[in-house]
Amino acid sequence: MLQVRGLARRFGGVTAVAGIDLDVAEGEFVSIIGPNGAGKSTLFNLMSGLDRPDAGSVRFDGVDVTGARPERLAALGLARTFQHGRVFGNLSVLDNVLVGAHTRLRAARPAVPVLGALLELALAAILPGSVRAEERALRADAEKILAMFGDRLLPRRDQPAFGLSYANRRRVEIARALALRPRLLMMDEPTAGMNETETAEMQELIAGLKARGQTILLIEHKLEMVMRLSDRVLAMDDGRRIAEGPPDAVRHDPAVIEAYLGHASMGQAEAAE
Amino acid sequence: MMLGPWLDYTVNGLIIGNIYALLAVGLALIFGVANLINFAHGSVYTVGAYIGWASITFLHTPLPITLLLVIVGCGLLGIAIERVGLRALHGRSRIAPLLATIGISLVLDQLVQLICSPDPRALPNQLGDRRFQIGGGTIGTLDILIAGIGIGSAALLYLFLRFTKLGWAVRATAQDQDAARQMGVDTDRVNMTVFAIASALGGVGGVLVGMYYNDIDPNMSFDATLKGVVAMMIGGLGNVPGAIGGGLLLGLTESYGIALFGSSYRNLFAFALLILILVAAPNGLFQRRRETPPEPLTGTFVARSRPVRLPPWLVAGAVVVAALLPLTNQPYLLQTLTNGLLSALLALSLTLVAGTVGQISLGHAALLAIGGYASGLLALDLGWPVDLGVPAAGLITAALGTLLVYPALRMRGHYVSIATLGIGQIVALVILNWTGLTRGAMGLTGLPPPEIGGFDLTSVRSVYWLVLALVVGIALLQARLLSSHLGRAWRAIREDDVAARSYGVDANRYKAMAFAFGGFGAGVGGAITAHVYSYIDYQTFSATLSILALTMVILGGLGNIVGAILGAVVLTALPEMFRFAADYRMLAYGLVLLLLIRYRPQGLLGTV
Ligand SMILES: Nc1ncnc2c1ncn2[C@@H]1O[C@H](COP(=O)(O)OP(=O)(O)OP(=O)(O)O)[C@@H](O)[C@H]1O
Ligand SMILES: [Mg+2]
Repeated sequence: MLQVRGLARRFGGVTAVAGIDLDVAEGEFVSIIGPNGAGKSTLFNLMSGLDRPDAGSVRFDGVDVTGARPERLAALGLARTFQHGRVFGNLSVLDNVLVGAHTRLRAARPAVPVLGALLELALAAILPGSVRAEERALRADAEKILAMFGDRLLPRRDQPAFGLSYANRRRVEIARALALRPRLLMMDEPTAGMNETETAEMQELIAGLKARGQTILLIEHKLEMVMRLSDRVLAMDDGRRIAEGPPDAVRHDPAVIEAYLGHASMGQAEAAE
Repeated sequence: MMLGPWLDYTVNGLIIGNIYALLAVGLALIFGVANLINFAHGSVYTVGAYIGWASITFLHTPLPITLLLVIVGCGLLGIAIERVGLRALHGRSRIAPLLATIGISLVLDQLVQLICSPDPRALPNQLGDRRFQIGGGTIGTLDILIAGIGIGSAALLYLFLRFTKLGWAVRATAQDQDAARQMGVDTDRVNMTVFAIASALGGVGGVLVGMYYNDIDPNMSFDATLKGVVAMMIGGLGNVPGAIGGGLLLGLTESYGIALFGSSYRNLFAFALLILILVAAPNGLFQRRRETPPEPLTGTFVARSRPVRLPPWLVAGAVVVAALLPLTNQPYLLQTLTNGLLSALLALSLTLVAGTVGQISLGHAALLAIGGYASGLLALDLGWPVDLGVPAAGLITAALGTLLVYPALRMRGHYVSIATLGIGQIVALVILNWTGLTRGAMGLTGLPPPEIGGFDLTSVRSVYWLVLALVVGIALLQARLLSSHLGRAWRAIREDDVAARSYGVDANRYKAMAFAFGGFGAGVGGAITAHVYSYIDYQTFSATLSILALTMVILGGLGNIVGAILGAVVLTALPEMFRFAADYRMLAYGLVLLLLIRYRPQGLLGTV
């Protein structure tokens, strides 16, 4: 489904991503691991159209989408969450999720060239039955997605997102991504800042998605979760691939151990200063 | 071709360019450390000119003392602006400090006007006017002084930034405010220093310009801010050496432009250059950079808010009362309220664009001008009936407004404000200069009154009802759009356009749709206004009105429909009722804006 070839991105002197190859097949669960600054999020940005690569190519479903605009990738069925959270603060929880369903609007967004935007305005003003029905259906679907998070989000669906706890904002991010009905779901550290119970809950939810056959690309630092869920793991360091394969093999790969240890000891040195 | 005059144009361009550079360097310094375009900068420049004038006129100071007083006075003013006006806004929504500087500039301009009278003053050139022959042209003593001060202050600034501890702190803060603070840099002190330096430079620029033209007046601020901003944008936001280059380039462009086309085109060149830069090289001519926007946490653009939910019966009741008001037979009240409701048409449009979609437009009054001229010309030149011309003017404004703002659609944050400001100015200048179509400075006179189905609406009462009906109709329509998927998409773009685009919301398209709908409403408003007053010219809908409209919208709560109408009526009608003198009125608007931003950024009814 996804084919990444030789993807590279430099920021001034730093090479954040240095020639990464990555394939994800339909229904597969692939995780990306690596120490801080390895280039994982940059890789996501390059694949989701937020940043343009200096070299390399991205194909999605056989279509070349290198440097394509994010709108286009969303329309093709790619949804992502953001590491630091990008929920719409002044929108209600439900509206956040409904924005995720934007690409699924058909009746409200007629695919007419040139005058499409005017028609869309007119339809929103007139609100014919088809548009109303579609809106109702999407709302019902959004509530179903919220219900996947137990009573974490559903009772708060009409509250503005800025008032949510950090963990709940992460959940809204995922709910919004699910509302797109993505063909490929990309999550950037969905459990960052969550405690153990919350992490376990999230892991449960992601396992459920996997069981449903959802194709998933996951960036995660919590190795236990990666090991349990992934079909395949890509380990990165300094923008390069240092190992790839089944979770167990990657975990015991000397290069991976060294990358983590090296950074860990550096971290200790910094802390000691 | 004679070389002599061209040498003069070059010298002239470089001299004016020097002044622009003085302004732009200050703006760039401030942008560097505070991430803020200081719209009060031109006002500081004006204050500088007036300090110079006062000290020459009343204290008979020699030139060095005059300059010293200006530097000290404006430096202190800069510190006051930072300390009193802006520091409290740290960590608030990105737009708050920008709006605050607009408020500060209104207040300063009005204070200057109240203290020193609005009439122009002569500012004598203290060097005498000796001119030297060089090549085929001449150069005067004042030219040399301006060039000397330009080069001297650039050198001093360089030495300061390069070799002093405080200068290092300024550079560190400009690089990365958080990192600098962690390293123990007192960023508050850095901000204060930068405002002092920038303001002193701006004030010196003001005195020098005053001497150059032997003329100062309180209205010179706005132009100065704009020119400084243009010069800074040419150099790249926050790029100090770039700002010097930008200033000189702008000065030369204007000077040659005037030589070729005449002086009424002067500002047109500046703003055309601005839009060109914004579109083609938004990082300025001197740097190349491609960056992904930082990931914000939630809701950093507008203040977090839980809007006040007015019960529908209250709103409906208010409309009924408003509709019954004409029966009380109070023509003065009706007249005042009609003016308020006409402003409400502008405010509704702006609250959609600036509030709902988050595109803080600073040139929105230009839409009124387009609507007014479109309808007026349709009536005068083509003999269209007014009841056909007004909706047509709405459509024309929607189309033309969207087209004009097109280059700004892909811009973000402060860039949008600058671009719309420039576009608004361009519209006014085109109206002024395209005499064949618009009758130029004379304006359109003898416009027919509004009519419906052949009946002229001439009574105060009927005009009131017409405008009230329009406001209610457009407000209902806008409310309906907001409750649809469009409202969601618009607000998502405002909150975080990167996330919105990642979910398939084509930001440019939806922004254009908002401008089109808003353009229609504002165009109709401008058209009706023109017909009610039977006259418009290029200044009827000025930049001041754009700022006033923004104040109304913020007062009501960004994006809040009822709030916009309330804000418009309150800000138009209250000063009228209390019979404020016009000067105090603008001062009051400035203070209202400042107080709102400081104490109630979500406005009366809350951001929606
Ligand atoms: N916009 C940018 N400008 C400059 N450098 C950047 C930018 N974005 C990322 N980098 C640099 O690229 C490198 C990779 O960053 P990236 O965020 O992709 O790492 P990551 O693997 O996601 O790390 P983490 O686990 O901390 O999220 C880092 O050195 C970072 O400083
Ligand atoms: Mg990351």
